[in-house]
Amino acid sequence: MSNSTEEGAILSWQSAPRRLVTLYLPLALFVFILLFPFYWMTITTFKPNAELYDYKNFNPFWVVHPTLANINKLLFETSYPRWLMTTMLVAICSTVLAIFASVLAAYAIQRLRFRGANAVGLAIYIAYLVPPSILFIPLATMVFQLGLFDSPLALILTYPTFLIPFCTWLLIGYFKSIPYELEECALIDGASRLQILRRITLPLAVPGLISAGIFSFTLSWNEFIYALAFISSSEKKTVPVAILTELVQGDVYQWGSLMAGSLLGSLPVAIFYSFFVDYYVSSLTGAVKE
Amino acid sequence: MADTTAAVPWNPRRSAPGALARLLDNKAFLVFLCLLPAVGLLLVFLTYPLGLGIWLAFTDTHIGRGGEFVGLENFESLWYDQVFWNAVFYTVFYTLVATVLKFGLGLWLALLLNENVPFKSLIRAIILMPWIVPTVLSAIAFWWMFDAQFSIISYVLVDVLGWRTSYIDFLGTPWHARWSLVFANVWRGIPFVAISLLAGLQTISPSLYEAALLDGASSWQRFTKITAPLLMPILSVVLTFSVLFTFTDFQLVYAITRGGPINSTHLMATLAFQRGIPGGQLGEGAAIAVSMIPFLVLATLFSYFALSRRKWQQGGNDE
Repeated sequence: MSNSTEEGAILSWQSAPRRLVTLYLPLALFVFILLFPFYWMTITTFKPNAELYDYKNFNPFWVVHPTLANINKLLFETSYPRWLMTTMLVAICSTVLAIFASVLAAYAIQRLRFRGANAVGLAIYIAYLVPPSILFIPLATMVFQLGLFDSPLALILTYPTFLIPFCTWLLIGYFKSIPYELEECALIDGASRLQILRRITLPLAVPGLISAGIFSFTLSWNEFIYALAFISSSEKKTVPVAILTELVQGDVYQWGSLMAGSLLGSLPVAIFYSFFVDYYVSSLTGAVKE
Repeated sequence: MADTTAAVPWNPRRSAPGALARLLDNKAFLVFLCLLPAVGLLLVFLTYPLGLGIWLAFTDTHIGRGGEFVGLENFESLWYDQVFWNAVFYTVFYTLVATVLKFGLGLWLALLLNENVPFKSLIRAIILMPWIVPTVLSAIAFWWMFDAQFSIISYVLVDVLGWRTSYIDFLGTPWHARWSLVFANVWRGIPFVAISLLAGLQTISPSLYEAALLDGASSWQRFTKITAPLLMPILSVVLTFSVLFTFTDFQLVYAITRGGPINSTHLMATLAFQRGIPGGQLGEGAAIAVSMIPFLVLATLFSYFALSRRKWQQGGNDE
């Protein structure tokens, strides 16, 4: 805070109109453009069809007769609740799996100090640079041979490949910030390594665990290409895939229900995000700085 | 618990721990056990498929039947494939243009947010929204905004501002579609760049700016002599990730145009998907995906050297 007041004092020679043009105006424009698609999504969701395609008689930026018909149709005439449940299941399971694996790996790399720890850390970092776009074809053949095709298990097992590298690096950073002396004390008191991890390191790394957890959850919720390639039956699809493949039928797009689906599919992560904003920002920037 | 072991050291249950406990105290075994889940998952579902993908690229595998080794046949047919070269061109174009715009605008936004503005943390929070929301879902919103008949952008340009006389066919002609997708990608990418760079900006000590101000440096000089050099390490890391993920982008294009009109907006990833999964030619799809690897290796090396330079700059405080 003291930084910003100092900065304010320095910049106070700048006149108010100049600040308005160089600072507030561009900032307002940025915020407007970054948020407008969400506003448009929301407003379309509540528009009746009569208003949706009639810009002459109705101002498109507002709803005159808001309706829940689109949401109603989505919830009760499609398998939308099923898709939500599947997505939730896949996101939670893969997050738990990824966090479990990452905690152990990060602990081993950062605290067990074995030879080659840095090499393993680097290898895991490089794994983050292998994008799903070049893996989905061979993975599809593997999933098929393992008999996992069209099963949520295929997603739960493959999502950790892009979650683990990120979480491991995030947690290595967190473990690094915990004083090693604490562990030494426990070692002298006769605690085993796993006890130390469970009783001392993990409780101190809770912020890191939350960051890694919400990040993994969001990434799993948003994942698209694996879910598109590995799942074929309608009721097992995840929300992003289902909206694109099940709600888009023929040439006439039902924009109302498409937007309702997008809005409802975005809400869980948006709500989740609003509770943990600071964790998101710290994990995002922490991972980049690490 | 520590008390009991110290007080009764002769307790046979304590002095002769079970085989499992002894194993867990063996460091080599413990390291192995801790790394097993992460490394195991990555080896099975990342390293092996990477190798398998390269192998598939040299076979004629189809869905439902194993393939045989065909050498460079897939790459040869791609070499004469106009659609493939279109995809390579558009992937490079999309990556270059979107990255330049994302970083230009993202840096600008970061500099604005680094000023003393009211509701800073709230603005920072809502600005990240495009990055948090599932890409496909915001892409569908863009699809609707790019609609030929009911686009809200056209409505504003034609009916409100009167700058144009006809509605724009955003996704109907190749170049319009290409720029529309770049726009959507930039929209989605700005928050990540801005927030990362903002974190970098906040680590720069304000006393440097004070000193420069006292020495009479202009704001442009302060930017080029203080901000830019100190921001460079974090900028290069963010840049590498951004280039990597833009180059291998799939969702936006698949959701909005699916490669159309007339294959003009296919990225290498969407083309690989189209040939590989719905088309069933896994070998050819894998060959397209493998063609992306050289570009990715270049980006990775760039990242590696940027990182090592960073450690040196910080006085090598790492390990």
